Amino acid sequence: MNMRIVLHIWRQRNRTAQGQMVRYELPNVSEHMSFLEMLDVLNEELTRKGEDPVTFEHDCREGICGCCGFMINGVPHGPQRLTTVCQLHMRHFRDGDELWLEPFRAAAFPVVKDLMVDRSSLDRIIAAGGYVSVNTGSAVDGNALPIIKQCSDMAMDAASCIGCGACVASCPNASASLFTAAKISHLALLPQGQAERDRRAIRMVAQMLEEGFGYCTNAGECEAVCPKGITLDNIARMNRDFLKAAITYLEETAAAGGA
Amino acid sequence: MALNLDAKIPSGPIEQKWDNARFEMKLVNPANKRKYSVIVVGTGLAGGAAAASLGELGYRVKAFCFQDSPRRAHSIAAQGGINAAKNYQNDGDSVFRLFYDTVKGGDFRAREANVYRLAQVSVDIIDQCVAQGVPFAREYGGVLANRSFGGAQVSRTFYARGQTGQQLLLGAYQALERQIDVGTVEMFYRHEMLDVIVVDGRARGIVTRDMVTGAIDVHIADAVVLGTGGYGNVFYLSTNAKGSNATAIWRAYKKGAGFGNPCYTQIHPTCIPVSGDYQSKLTLMSESLRNDGRIWVPKKEGDTRKAGDIPEAERDYYLERMYPAFGNLCPRDIASRAAKRVCDEGRGVGPGGKGVYLDFAESIGRLGRDKIAERYGNLFEMYAKITGEDPYQDPMRIYPAVHYVMGGLWVDYNLQSTIPGLFVLGEANFSDHGANRLGASALMQGLADGYFIIPYTLGNYLAQVKPGGVDETHQECVAAKTEAEQQMKTLLSIKGKKTVDDIHKELGKVMWEYCGMGRNAQGLEKALGLIPQIREEFWKNVNVPGSGEELNQSLERAGRLADFLELGELMCRDALVREESCGGHFREEHQTEEGEAKRDDEKFCHAAVWEYQGADSAPARHVEPLNFEYVHLAQRSYK
Ligand SMILES: Cc1cc2nc3c(=O)[nH]c(=O)nc-3n(C[C@H](O)[C@H](O)[C@H](O)COP(=O)(O)OP(=O)(O)OC[C@H]3O[C@@H](n4cnc5c(N)ncnc54)[C@H](O)[C@@H]3O)c2cc1C
Ligand code: FES
Repeated sequence: MNMRIVLHIWRQRNRTAQGQMVRYELPNVSEHMSFLEMLDVLNEELTRKGEDPVTFEHDCREGICGCCGFMINGVPHGPQRLTTVCQLHMRHFRDGDELWLEPFRAAAFPVVKDLMVDRSSLDRIIAAGGYVSVNTGSAVDGNALPIIKQCSDMAMDAASCIGCGACVASCPNASASLFTAAKISHLALLPQGQAERDRRAIRMVAQMLEEGFGYCTNAGECEAVCPKGITLDNIARMNRDFLKAAITYLEETAAAGGA
Repeated sequence: MALNLDAKIPSGPIEQKWDNARFEMKLVNPANKRKYSVIVVGTGLAGGAAAASLGELGYRVKAFCFQDSPRRAHSIAAQGGINAAKNYQNDGDSVFRLFYDTVKGGDFRAREANVYRLAQVSVDIIDQCVAQGVPFAREYGGVLANRSFGGAQVSRTFYARGQTGQQLLLGAYQALERQIDVGTVEMFYRHEMLDVIVVDGRARGIVTRDMVTGAIDVHIADAVVLGTGGYGNVFYLSTNAKGSNATAIWRAYKKGAGFGNPCYTQIHPTCIPVSGDYQSKLTLMSESLRNDGRIWVPKKEGDTRKAGDIPEAERDYYLERMYPAFGNLCPRDIASRAAKRVCDEGRGVGPGGKGVYLDFAESIGRLGRDKIAERYGNLFEMYAKITGEDPYQDPMRIYPAVHYVMGGLWVDYNLQSTIPGLFVLGEANFSDHGANRLGASALMQGLADGYFIIPYTLGNYLAQVKPGGVDETHQECVAAKTEAEQQMKTLLSIKGKKTVDDIHKELGKVMWEYCGMGRNAQGLEKALGLIPQIREEFWKNVNVPGSGEELNQSLERAGRLADFLELGELMCRDALVREESCGGHFREEHQTEEGEAKRDDEKFCHAAVWEYQGADSAPARHVEPLNFEYVHLAQRSYK
């Protein structure tokens, strides 16, 4: 079945330019298309007409790389739960639907062009401590360290985060708490992550704030829109780790003669 | 000019070669390491692992990727798992067996010494990843879980649900971010490499385009490492990420790096079939599904009944019938060709008859829905999302799709290309998989190259050269930069009638038709006539909107397509000359009576290495002979 879809898309040439919504009409959208394939069709048409195609980020189109993501009618990745926009198919829309597409908005996500934003702030949060400091070559046998299956499974749940930034875009405070907490939890749940657990929590949370992300006020929007089902308990775990570390870790480093 | 194809295979028995090589290597004194700078292009498993490990050693590293973050490299999409000869299952695995399986699976077209080393270091990879916190699947006792995968008769595959590539890449990415934090690695994201700079016969830098501002810059280093992935997107439709491209290796080829076995392509048997002409990419359904799913088509031609209405007796479980020993788990190339064959016979299912069933009814009955959901839940969801059908109810429909390329830049045992100082890792090189890659072995190779091989072999190279000595004003740098700028200008000035994708789809059709699952001389010759025409059309009639001084996705795609249009031709040439069938390269003229690939070891027991001879001359074909001392040449049999 083919449908007529009206799109209002945020067009902005670059980071500093003024942006505006522009209306496009697509008369012939197949229900089997993915949302991004619909935009491909629009872009091909714009190109043929000599207009500038719409810029949007994408790569894997399988819901795993975390490249894609913009707002559809105010919701990151659109209406289908647990689904990135590259995996969203047009069969979930109706003939005549009118949709508003906008980039993820947050102070820490400046617009690059149209629907594309700069999320390098998320990388810098990871760089602040989202790892286990183990150089290549220094590992013991993989089975030397048995890990309770349940812990490992929970760590995997947290580690499934694709870093798309939907949590930030949905949050009234533009907080990156769910993202940061997912990495803190992934490593805090595993024995390998214990040695640096305090330092990690302190440094990652500090970096998050430094990047201009807001505080978490438990609005819970992030969990509702997360395409990978990352849950709020991770934020609770991060807060506990942060509080505990704020007391013990600072004391330890002070005793050792520095921070 | 002849290429230097000395593979530099170390002396000694195969088990000792890598040890011997490491002992003989020259070392860079720890205090001197920071005097050396290294460029790593690509932050997938291969490049990411390399950049992180080289940073840890103390080299000054500049890393590049075209995505907005190193974490998004195409490796992230790998689903099924990673092999390692741990023998944790006590089921008869060993380094030798993994080596043997890989050589045999590759249809005797890989270099034994490299494959053996790959099997050796496979065990270290798992240890390293576990130490990083990669949440591999575990048993209730807390030990690591394994599964058997892609035709292996032992359980040696480690996995993290259906997201193994994601978790391994995040491990490498986190290690990389740690080095960025301490300042050994400088990361350039949204940067596309457009050329290598060769000075006095050595790779000394690259030309890049900042994809946000359009600025074209030169970066200098003492060595260049490419981990830029595979070129399956030459077919337009493939399971690769949309941005995967050949530009880095192709431009290196044009600067003198030999290209090994360009025609070796892997077609994966289990992908979701095409649904319409707007199709932008194909989605893989992990082959681990073949452990519990049964593949069939109706016995009758043109049977349009629903799957559930076709009685058992009227179904043809053709893999189980043709290959009783391996059944649904036979290697990828064999499973793909069998699917094509039954569809060509008119027994395919779904729109256009281009599909076969992958049916879980029996295993759901035996193991229960929950068990199947635990094993494959995310894959079933993905299938349901894309097709709107419920695979717990009705069988999946699958069809083969281009998935991986075994071909790539030729490298010696040290992973160095024919340009000194230019090293190539991961899918971008031609090395370890011969004419066919086994499932779960690409992740293994990428990480082996990045974590455990390049840190040694690159050190050996650097120890023999002086750091520095070239800057941006060198004439080779200026020339390479000017050429890249000129190409951008030309692409933007054509303003023709066709879009980049129009032309890419045309190329893709020709490649799939004539250089895909089945190839023959007539078709390949036809393709060799058509591709130059498409290329000419591109340079006359493509429309790249916008300018070069801004983010311009059409321009990015046009640059990549320009390279695919040349690479496609080389693939067809290579396929035409290789008058035999081996692994993923199936020449219809060369098959056994049962329709299996027939090698010609007398004439083709070698790697073909192509040398660029300029735009107006045909490339030259050289060979690296392959010797099999440990695994004896034999016809593969999976019956
Ligand atoms: C859907 C799918 C599932 C798979 N599943 C498995 C599996 O289960 N097991 C397995 O072993 N293998 C699997 N594979 C194969 C495997 O994922 C790949 O072969 C492997 O990940 C390639 O890794 P790489 O590091 O070589 O390259 P990639 O991960 O492709 O990384 C390439 C890097 O190079 C950069 N780059 C490329 N060109 C340029 C340029 N011109 N300038 C700057 N940067 C550039 C990119 O930004 C990226 O960082 C799968 C492949 C696919 C498509
Ligand atoms: S494009 Fe990769 S997650 Fe959507």
